[in-house]
Amino acid sequence: MYSDKVMEHFSNPRNVGEIENADGIGEVGNAVCGDIMKMYIKVENNIITDVKFKTFGCGAAIATSSMATEMIKGKSIDEAVKLSNKAVIEALDGLPPAKIHCSVLAEEAVKAALSDYYTKQGIDPVSILGEQKGCSSCSGCNLNCGE
Amino acid sequence: MKRTVYADNSATTKISPKALDAMMPYLTEEYGNPSSIYSKGREAKKAVEEARRKVAKAIGAETNEVYFTSGGSEADNWAIKGTARRLAKKGKKHIITTVFEHHAVLHTVSSLEKEGFEITYIKVSKDGYVDPEDVKNAIRDDTAIVSVMYANNEIGSIQPISEIGAICHKRGVLFHTDAVQALGNVEIDVKKQNIDMMSMSAHKVHGPKGVGALYCRKGIILQNLIDGGAQERSKRAGTENTAGIVGFGSAIEEICENIPERAKRISQMRDKLLANILKIDRVRLNGGMENRMPGNINVSFEGVEGESLLLWLDLNGICASSGSACTSGSLDPSHVLLAIGLPAEIAHGSLRISLGDYNTMEDVDYISEKIPEIITRLRAMSPLWERIVKGENK
Repeated sequence: MYSDKVMEHFSNPRNVGEIENADGIGEVGNAVCGDIMKMYIKVENNIITDVKFKTFGCGAAIATSSMATEMIKGKSIDEAVKLSNKAVIEALDGLPPAKIHCSVLAEEAVKAALSDYYTKQGIDPVSILGEQKGCSSCSGCNLNCGE
Repeated sequence: MKRTVYADNSATTKISPKALDAMMPYLTEEYGNPSSIYSKGREAKKAVEEARRKVAKAIGAETNEVYFTSGGSEADNWAIKGTARRLAKKGKKHIITTVFEHHAVLHTVSSLEKEGFEITYIKVSKDGYVDPEDVKNAIRDDTAIVSVMYANNEIGSIQPISEIGAICHKRGVLFHTDAVQALGNVEIDVKKQNIDMMSMSAHKVHGPKGVGALYCRKGIILQNLIDGGAQERSKRAGTENTAGIVGFGSAIEEICENIPERAKRISQMRDKLLANILKIDRVRLNGGMENRMPGNINVSFEGVEGESLLLWLDLNGICASSGSACTSGSLDPSHVLLAIGLPAEIAHGSLRISLGDYNTMEDVDYISEKIPEIITRLRAMSPLWERIVKGENK
């Protein structure tokens, strides 16, 4: 069901870990739904010089987190803002339909870390990133995840 | 070379060489239609009837009480729909089942609900057992049928079938059980255990896929589910799956030869593996140990998601299963684990291992070595685990 690329990122995830004194930290998802992604970014001169993640979730959740970190590492924050879940899916050679929400989560994790960064810089993140959607945008479970 | 350990015997089983040998002539030269009058047809018919005799013998039924089907799901659909729709005409429009049945039963009753039936779902204990008293209290004058699974497919809990059957008979209510998982693992005697109808599947007992059977006690009028030719005494149309049926007969005979010895061997492996797994920090066993399928292990690891655990096991050549949402195509975790009261976040991290006849102690050692490695690796990258550990340190 998973592409070779997904399996490759799942079994050998890039940028796993934490960053001490990170410039932005974002966490999305929740345990009830079965996915949590936490992303850390280090920013110097508007460039994301380092990024790390930790993920509790399925194979696609781990692979999309890994891919998303690779896609924003070394990029400017303006470029990182534009990272879409679609781009993550394409880079992974596709995802099964039931796993699309994992790529959405990966995009949101990046945005949450950026949001935290902007907030710390005294910039209103909503003006740049828009409102963050949270659980209500999630496609499919019948559980009440409390958000 | 990469080692392969098949530990998902509740999903399906490897075909027994003996069953395969028995099938081969019917896949090659003995291709006659059992309904044909010439000798090639009669030979095939004879083989089907011999298989029927073997299935009946294995469960204490009479030969003419066994009907071959395409598998367990068809048997479940047939038993429930075939009796409920008939009894509805007599004003009996109430069905009792349990919250943790297989979907073949749950989706059958929910489709009947749309036809106007009322369904009562009996709850199960935190260890995964149905209390016969609950069944007793749920029976009404308009109850048509009670369907309670013999053994649960995920947590392996074996239900008090005889007692439930006795309660149903006392009230004149039909009793059906889905014994797809139990068959070959526990000794079944449909007469002594008050079972009116029972679903079986060949591929769970080292037989081929695509064949099963329904035991239906003589005297019960069962409406047809599949209409057409006069096969199965005009109760189930369709040219017989001769090879499959022969394979089923051979497999059930072989597995039911010595159930206690088989169960003992498998449960010894299970107990050793379980003891090793339970050494891991923050793991819980799902389902009670008292009446449990011999090969079943179902555990939840905190801070770990089940699908990624399965994928890592697979990378190590180990085939197992999970109650995680991610393996079911929906985002909800297993209805069975939720039914025994597991919080969703714990249910997501569950693993089912089901050992069988072809497993060895070497397999147990291999799985015992790999699981802790994988759990450590996944927990190291889990923000949920980080939170759990920090919570502890507070």
